[in-house]
Amino acid sequence: MKDIYTLGIDVGSTASKCVMLKNGTEIVAKSLIGVGAGTSGPQRAIDEVLAAAGKTKEEMDYILATGYGRNSLLEIADKQMSELSCHARGAYFLFPEVHTVIDIGGQDVKVLHIDQGMMTNFQMNDKCAAGTGRFLDVMARVLEVKVSDLAELGAKSTKEVGISSTCTVFAESEVISQLAMATDKCDIINGIHRSVASRVVGLARRVGVQDQVVMTGGVAQNTGIVHALEEELGHTVHTSPLTQYNGALGAALFGWEKCSREQ
Amino acid sequence: MAEIENNAAAAPAAKPAKKTSLGATALRQVVTDVYAAAWEAKKRGEPVGWSSSKFPCEIAETLGLAVVYPENQAAGIAAQHDGERMCQAAEEMGFDADICGYARISLAYAAGVETTNESRRMPQPDFVLCCNNICNCMTKWYENIARMHNIPLIMIDVPYNNSVEVDDTYVAYIRGQFDDAIKQLEEISGRKFDEKKFEQVCANANRTAKAWLKVCDFLQYKPSPMSGFDLFNHMADVVTARGKVAAAEAFELLAKELEENVKSGESTLPFPEKYRIMFEGIPCWPELKALFKPLKANGLNVTAVVYAPAFGFVYNNMDEMMRAYCKAPNSVCIEQGVDWREGICRDNKVDGVLVHYNRSCKPWSGYMAEMQRRFTNDLGIPCAGFDGDQADPRNFNEAQYETRVQGLVEAMEARKAAKEEGKA
Repeated sequence: MKDIYTLGIDVGSTASKCVMLKNGTEIVAKSLIGVGAGTSGPQRAIDEVLAAAGKTKEEMDYILATGYGRNSLLEIADKQMSELSCHARGAYFLFPEVHTVIDIGGQDVKVLHIDQGMMTNFQMNDKCAAGTGRFLDVMARVLEVKVSDLAELGAKSTKEVGISSTCTVFAESEVISQLAMATDKCDIINGIHRSVASRVVGLARRVGVQDQVVMTGGVAQNTGIVHALEEELGHTVHTSPLTQYNGALGAALFGWEKCSREQ
Repeated sequence: MAEIENNAAAAPAAKPAKKTSLGATALRQVVTDVYAAAWEAKKRGEPVGWSSSKFPCEIAETLGLAVVYPENQAAGIAAQHDGERMCQAAEEMGFDADICGYARISLAYAAGVETTNESRRMPQPDFVLCCNNICNCMTKWYENIARMHNIPLIMIDVPYNNSVEVDDTYVAYIRGQFDDAIKQLEEISGRKFDEKKFEQVCANANRTAKAWLKVCDFLQYKPSPMSGFDLFNHMADVVTARGKVAAAEAFELLAKELEENVKSGESTLPFPEKYRIMFEGIPCWPELKALFKPLKANGLNVTAVVYAPAFGFVYNNMDEMMRAYCKAPNSVCIEQGVDWREGICRDNKVDGVLVHYNRSCKPWSGYMAEMQRRFTNDLGIPCAGFDGDQADPRNFNEAQYETRVQGLVEAMEARKAAKEEGKA
C-alpha cells in the first residue's frame, strides 16, 4: 500500500511551523521560522520542511493550514481549520489521556476541553494581550533579556513581586517602576510568570480543568510559566519537546484522517 | 401548520425566498411611522417623549403621546456606521468609554450631535420615560438626558428578581409607580386617561406579543423558513410599536408568509441550513456583515435568540402586566435566564451556541460565563464566546470572531461525527 504524506502548516502571529507526517504516525520532518502571518515565514517554513524530507509539494497527499494566517494559504492548502481543533488533535496524539489543553500563542491564549480526542468546549482570551506570548516579548524587551532566558532567570528569584495581570501596558509600567526601585530582575521575571499564569488560570477555570492538563505553544518552553501554572491550578502540567509544533502536528493529523476517510 | 420536523438528520437545503416580503416591508413602515409621528407631534407643538424599550408603552399610547425609543435609534445609528463618531462625541463630553454604546450615542444625540442616519433622526425630548428592567445603566442615562434638557423624568423602578416567581410585593410596588406615571403623563399631555382606550391598547400589545411569538416559533421548523437574523431587525417593532395595531397586523402578515414558506419549502435564509445555533446577546450592529460572513460560509442559521421569550409577554390583567414588566433579560435571575434559553435551544433544535460578550452590556455579559457552562452541561452542545460591542466597533475584531466561529463549527462537526459513529 502506498504511503500517505500529509503536511500541516501552522501560520501563527509570530512564527510559522510545518510538520510532515507519514501515514498519520511518523513525523518525517518539521520546520520553524520565527516570523508568521503576512511575512515570508509560511513559504520559507514550507520550503524548509519539503527540503528536509526530500519531497515536493506535489508529493503531499493532503495539505492543511491552521493558525491566525491560515486563510493566506488558500492556494497551497487543501483545507483550512482553526488552531483550536488542530491543537486539540495534536495534544491528543502526544498525550492520549489529555482532557485540558492550554495553549499560549503569540497573540492569543486558548483553553480547550477534550473528551476522547474531541474538542467539546473552549475559551479564548478577550481582545487583550495580557497573558499572551506578546506580553512576555514586551516584558523581556523592557528587562533587556532574551525571551528564551526568562525561565532560567525567573528560577533564581528569592522574593515575591506582584505584577498586574490586567493589562500589558500597565504591567510594563509596573516593571519599569520595579526596575527604577532596583528590584532584582529575577524577582520581577518570576512575578511576570505568575501574572501570566493567573490570567490563564481564570480562563481555564471557565472551561473546567480536568487531568491530564497539557500545555502547548511556544510559551510552554518557559518552565517558569509551566511551574506557575501548576501552582495556580493545583494540577500537573505536561509539555512535550514538540510543543511549538503542536498546531502543525494536529493539522497534519487531520490531513491524514481526511485521506484515510477518502480511501 | 405543517408538522414540525424533529428529525436530527441533515436538513435538505431550503429554496431561498425570492419575493419581497410584504410582512417585513410592513414592519419597516411601522417603525418609520413611529419616527414620523414624533416629528409631526413636535410640529404641532405637542410634547414628545423618549422611552426605554421596556417602559410600559400602554400608558403613553393610551394618552396619545408621541414616543420614540433611544435604544432603537442607537442600534440604527450603529448599523449605519455612525456609532463610533457618536460614541467618541459622548466621550469628549466626559462620558466614559466603558459605559453602554447605546447610552453614549443617545447622550451625544441629546446634546445636539446630529447623526448621518437620516432615518433615525428624532425630535429632542420634552419628557423621558425610564424603566430599569432592561438595564441598570438606563437610570443614569435618562437622568442625564432629563438634566440636559431640564425636562421631567418619569421613572418606573423594577427590582432585580432573585427568584423565578415574581413576588407580590414587587407587583404592588410597580403598580404604585405605574399609577403615578399615569398621573404625571396626564399632566404632560393635558389629557385624561381613558380606561376604555387603555383596554384597547392592552389588547393591541397582547396581539402584537402573540404575533411576535408566532413568528419566532417558525424557527422551530427544520430547515427553518427564515433566517433568525431577521428577528433582530423585527425587534424594532416590538420595541417601538408594541401597543399599535399596525405592529400586530404586520407581524401577523409576516407569520402568514412564513407559513407559506414552510409549505413551499422556501426560506429567507440565503444559504442552505447546515447547523442551527443560538446567538446569545445583542448583535454587533456596526459589524453585521462581518458577523454574518462566517455564519454564511459555514451554513449556520441562527434559530434561537432570547428576545423571543424576553419580549413576547402576554397578560390578562393588571397584576399579570406588572409581572410581565418584571421580566427582561437583565432583570431576571440566572435560573430564569437559563430556563428561557435552554427552552428555546431545545424547541428550536440548536447544535451550538455563539455567545456575544458585549462590552456595552456588562450585566448581560457578566453572567454568560456561568450560563455557557450550564448550556454545555445541560444540553451537551458546544458553546463559543467572542468579544464585541452592540454599538462601538472599536471593541470587535473580525479575525478573532472568525476563529471562534470556525472553532464552534469544528466542535459541532466533531460532535455530529461522533454521534454518527455512536461515540456520543
